[in-house]
Amino acid sequence: MELRKNYFADVRKDDLHEIGQPRPRSDSPGHVTGKTAFFADRSFPGMLHLKMVRSPHHHARIRSIDTSEAEKHPGVVKVLTAKDVPHNVYTILILIQIGPEDETVLADGKVRWKGEAVVAVLAETERAAQEAAAKIKIDYEVLPAVFDMEEALKPGAPLVNEYHGQNYYLYDSGECRKVRFGDVEAGFAGADHILEQSYQSSPIEHAPTETTGCVVAPEGNDRFTCYTNTQAMFFTLDNTSIILQMPGSKLHFVGGTVGGGFGGKVDVIVEPIAILGAKLTGRPVSFVYSREEEMQISSPRAAEKVVIKDGVMKDGRIVARKVTGYTDAGAYSRHSPYGAQKGAGHYPGPYTIPNVWIDTYCVYTNRTPSSAMRGFGVTIGDFALEVQMDKLARLIGMDPLEFRFINAYRDGDMKAHRQPTEGAALIECMQEASRTANWPVAEKFMAMSSYRKGA
Amino acid sequence: MAKIPVQFTLNGSEKAEFIDSGTTLLNALRDKIGDTSPKGGCHQGTCGACSVIIDGELRLSCLTLAETCNGAAITTTSGLAEGGVLHPLQRAFLDTFATQCGFCTPGMIMAAKVLLEHTPNPSRDEVVEALSGNICRCTGYEPIIQAVLAAARANSQNAA
Repeated sequence: MELRKNYFADVRKDDLHEIGQPRPRSDSPGHVTGKTAFFADRSFPGMLHLKMVRSPHHHARIRSIDTSEAEKHPGVVKVLTAKDVPHNVYTILILIQIGPEDETVLADGKVRWKGEAVVAVLAETERAAQEAAAKIKIDYEVLPAVFDMEEALKPGAPLVNEYHGQNYYLYDSGECRKVRFGDVEAGFAGADHILEQSYQSSPIEHAPTETTGCVVAPEGNDRFTCYTNTQAMFFTLDNTSIILQMPGSKLHFVGGTVGGGFGGKVDVIVEPIAILGAKLTGRPVSFVYSREEEMQISSPRAAEKVVIKDGVMKDGRIVARKVTGYTDAGAYSRHSPYGAQKGAGHYPGPYTIPNVWIDTYCVYTNRTPSSAMRGFGVTIGDFALEVQMDKLARLIGMDPLEFRFINAYRDGDMKAHRQPTEGAALIECMQEASRTANWPVAEKFMAMSSYRKGA
Repeated sequence: MAKIPVQFTLNGSEKAEFIDSGTTLLNALRDKIGDTSPKGGCHQGTCGACSVIIDGELRLSCLTLAETCNGAAITTTSGLAEGGVLHPLQRAFLDTFATQCGFCTPGMIMAAKVLLEHTPNPSRDEVVEALSGNICRCTGYEPIIQAVLAAARANSQNAA
């Protein structure tokens, strides 16, 4: 590893003892010997297997559910429906007061996406659970569905989620998150060029090698130990406590060992229903997603649409930027209202622009609920912004890297969301990139600094 | 359902179990015998996390029926360290930071072990080819390739 100490040398206390030194990872010896205990490496005598019956429709009313044949299937111990879940309607971020509760643990009267959990079957073997699940009879009345965000926002679109009452998340700022800085229309009026482009992305599945799941063991004293690969232990514990109406002291969560997460394991999906199964049967319960479920059921990164309108001067300065962002939450909120909000703060990018207008919408559609994934709310926005930067540079005939130096934010600059820039390092990163990639820029840019005035 | 007897050696020790017909070797190893070092990532032969060595050949234990392994010699990653001393591949994976989440690691080590047995001094391309059936979704392939090359160098130095 190489540390470039020439950057920030005059402002850094150069007393680094750990950074730059290779240190052994504490978890590696377990990984290379196969001794690391992932959740599925635990098994208990008498352990039941949980399989989920899922909606084959994108949007449908449930007229009736008949579990009688499944209950008679050899090896079946328990069949769970919505009425068995003490607090069936929840939302993960209620813990930080981001409501309303809008998602069912098991569907109650309606399904809003293809793959939604409706009935849970607990059996002695995985195979028995699977076979019994196939015997559950659900009578659906199929409803019109909407899959496109702009269609969903039109008047008369099918209502996806009644708990919201409209197909967007209602922020305290209204139908979208808003950032207003300077006078964007005046900025456009004075610009030499205007460029408006729209960018779109599809949902992206994390596809961790270890699928989502948990193993729950009743401790015999009305306490339950849940071995899980969640990336959000306390979110999961607290939400489980709400859903099962049990004090957190009855729940012991063991985890932190995750066979690949990338944000895909921060939702609270498998644990509450598995713990409920263990509570109602008194038996250990294993609920592990199949590979198919991991790909089709687990939350992906949201599909996004980003419309960017920029006003730019011939000398390279961006003088106005207007962004409208749409985040496809799918049928339920999960972490998407937060992701869309994060986008609003991020959209000007690491550039100082005097006039900025941003609206970001969190939209509900009948698609698989989306949620966290590496930099969600920001990553797709960055893709759009940087493609836009290249297009702007081409429009005014400027080198794309030099164009970024001209607009790069620097310490002391006010960002559009009213946080002064501190600790910026974009210019230094670009200088190093210029050298490494052998993409030369004018000497004045190589002499710039993120923090030295006048440089 | 009538059970089927199956007997094989696992990392040098005799194992005998009664299993249901159709049980995969992966499930037999993990659920019956208690060796959880092979991992179930896809249960359909695409991820390589369940890789084991059967009679010297690299095999996907999720696609291998346990009942076909009678009399076989099976090696898993949990059996590589001898007397608490790590196998050169395990040492190399540690030293080159070739693990991230660790879920693919046992399968990677199995694939690498079979490669080095057949090709003690592989080229980089041969290492890439040998690991091509093993998915690392943390995408830490480069340190894994370096680990295998380092283990090959360590082996040839020891042999010299």
